[in-house]
Amino acid sequence: METTTIKNSDIIIGQKPEGIEGAGFFATSLDKVVGMARKNSIWPLPFATSCCGIEFMATMGSHYDLARFGAERLSFSPRQADLLMVMGTIAKKMGPILRQVYEQMAEPRWVLSVGACASSGGIFDTYSVLQGIDRIIPVDVYVPGCPPRPEQIIDGILKIQHLVQTESLRRRDSPEYKAMLNQYGIE
Amino acid sequence: MEETVTEEKIVAVIRENFPSEVISVESPYGFLTVNLKAGKIIDIIKFLYDKEKYQYLTTICGIHYPESKTIQVMYQLHKLTENKRIRLKIALPEEKPSVPTLTNVFPAANWMERETYDFFGVIFEGHPNLIRILNVEDMIIFPMRKEYPLEDQTREDKNNDMFGR
Amino acid sequence: MADNYNTSLLSDIPEKEEKQYSYLNLGPTHPATHGIFQNVLKMDGEIIMDAVPTIGYIHRAFEKLAERRPFYQITTITDRMNYCSSPINNFGWHMTVEKLLKIEIPKRVQYLRVIIMELARISDHIICNTIIGQDVGATTGFLYLFQYRERIYEIYEEICGARLTTNMGRVGGLERNFTDKTWEKLDGFLKDFPPAFEEFSALLERNRIFMDRTINCGPISAERALAYSFSGPNLRAAGVDYDVRVMNPYSSYEEFDFIVPIGTQGDTYDRFMVRQKEMWESVSIIKQAIEKIKKEPSHIYRADAPEYVLPPKEEVYNNMEALIYQFKNIMGETDIPKGEVYHAVEGGNGELGFYLISDGGRTPYRLHFRRPCFIFYQAYPEMIKGRMLSDAIITMSSMNVIAGELDS
Repeated sequence: METTTIKNSDIIIGQKPEGIEGAGFFATSLDKVVGMARKNSIWPLPFATSCCGIEFMATMGSHYDLARFGAERLSFSPRQADLLMVMGTIAKKMGPILRQVYEQMAEPRWVLSVGACASSGGIFDTYSVLQGIDRIIPVDVYVPGCPPRPEQIIDGILKIQHLVQTESLRRRDSPEYKAMLNQYGIE
Repeated sequence: MEETVTEEKIVAVIRENFPSEVISVESPYGFLTVNLKAGKIIDIIKFLYDKEKYQYLTTICGIHYPESKTIQVMYQLHKLTENKRIRLKIALPEEKPSVPTLTNVFPAANWMERETYDFFGVIFEGHPNLIRILNVEDMIIFPMRKEYPLEDQTREDKNNDMFGR
Repeated sequence: MADNYNTSLLSDIPEKEEKQYSYLNLGPTHPATHGIFQNVLKMDGEIIMDAVPTIGYIHRAFEKLAERRPFYQITTITDRMNYCSSPINNFGWHMTVEKLLKIEIPKRVQYLRVIIMELARISDHIICNTIIGQDVGATTGFLYLFQYRERIYEIYEEICGARLTTNMGRVGGLERNFTDKTWEKLDGFLKDFPPAFEEFSALLERNRIFMDRTINCGPISAERALAYSFSGPNLRAAGVDYDVRVMNPYSSYEEFDFIVPIGTQGDTYDRFMVRQKEMWESVSIIKQAIEKIKKEPSHIYRADAPEYVLPPKEEVYNNMEALIYQFKNIMGETDIPKGEVYHAVEGGNGELGFYLISDGGRTPYRLHFRRPCFIFYQAYPEMIKGRMLSDAIITMSSMNVIAGELDS
């Protein structure tokens, strides 16, 4: 992708999508613009349950700053969030609540599973821990680690951003997506 | 030497006021442990609270011994003014473990007893709200008993030959 | 759950007024609860009449998991209990096992442990106090002091390689000696943290708005606190000076000179101030420990008990005896004594106790964690009755309830 730079310097301001440029206009396809806008303004919902939540707090802090990727406004209300970040162990008691939060989110929505416990149950192979949140909700990106370093969490966010940018505008209405949601029993 | 004299002193006081309730006394690693009969345990603890000033409840926990078919309940008390600790253990039968509640003496025992009920099935009579606290409410087994496995047996992605040694 | 509509209000002149209470679910997922536990509040407008807490949303069955693991593998689960100050949990567990196995720990190792435990305490109290600030509305302190938590994490990385869930140390000592880089980073931290902490204190401690918000908010008297078996900063804020480091000293704490700050009313402001003062005391203890370490021979970092303490890897690869001991230790062929032992350490939240029953096998027969958060959270409904909702939020964050410790 071409990049736009400030004159006489090599600082990259943004990545320009392919399109036709002229004096005072820039023509490109709608999904590229929408993808670019969505990717740089994701509103995450931090569903922090345990130790990975503390690493998330460190990621939001000023040293590793997640806000520079556009995720400045953390939303704790699922109705206003785009990205559900599940960080920490999900016990079977918590499962229905996670499911309810996921169902309250509006499309398009993405799910990032941070940490080993959310991805697969982690070190807790016990009777009370859900062995991975993908048993109850569909997950887009998994970030392994126990807990993952803030750089890994940011890497996960960057992969989500890539998914957001390259997603087709019709994906959420397509029959494959609906079939996948039906597998989980989500309407 | 002085230590054992004062420690034995509290056991002597218990024996004096509650004859034939003490089964045995030992001090593993310097911690006075008294095994008692389960009948008058609450009266003994109330006595220790009022007269001997053991007014801090450190913890309550359950221990399951399947060979002798008992579930022991362990109470640990602490006398903060003189820094003396004591551990009281009672043994209850496995089929119907039941003992009166300690919440009238120590409000802190409320959740500790619920946890012991949740894990071992010990019924604390007179408890204001004896329901499960940590596990899901509709669980029917008492998971910390030795006969139940650690892992959820219905999981299909982990192989019991590799995991679950 | 709501009451039936009172039909007397439909008449022209109401004969008596009936109060209608509303029920608010301060649910498991809530930005202000810092962990997942639920409270159903019965409210009369903005005033709270009653509260019913529900916990267990992160129950991971630590006590059952511990019955399956050998002693050195249990360290990884202890550090997921109070994950804000994991080294304290790790060392508490190691000290319990050392008590069972009757291993004598050299002085230098004890001083090193004290340094790490006090750093962990500072790290835990930073989270608690900055989050109290954030809940009241002052986010600056959180962003500012978290930079110093990153410095503490860098010190942990030099010692054990991990940031948060440290799995630090081994039964009998530490896994490696402190490197020069560690001492350098520690000195840098001790130089840079006090001025920054002074700035944070100046921001909140005598701030009119903060004091108005937090004084008399969620108080508890000393008698009720003792009845509910409080411990740690929450109990000291109520006026009782019970600190496990002073009452049952472990790891050479009796040689250190520090004060134990106590409060008067047990309200949020007292809890905040007790933690502030404790952080200053921790800095002083670390400085004293560094002075004491200079007098000890600098190569010691483990105890000399080869049956139980893993030998260093260089010796394992070169020396036959060390190889045999390594094998016996890992495979569980050493003789573990039978017995029951209880050891308590002063965790970030209070008396963290480990009750271990061993039957001679390589895994414990029963391991019970005496978790301070679980015990003092019972008093929460009593502390917020008659207060407003926003006071309830600050009371919860000032008690420093950590979900991992609440639900084992």
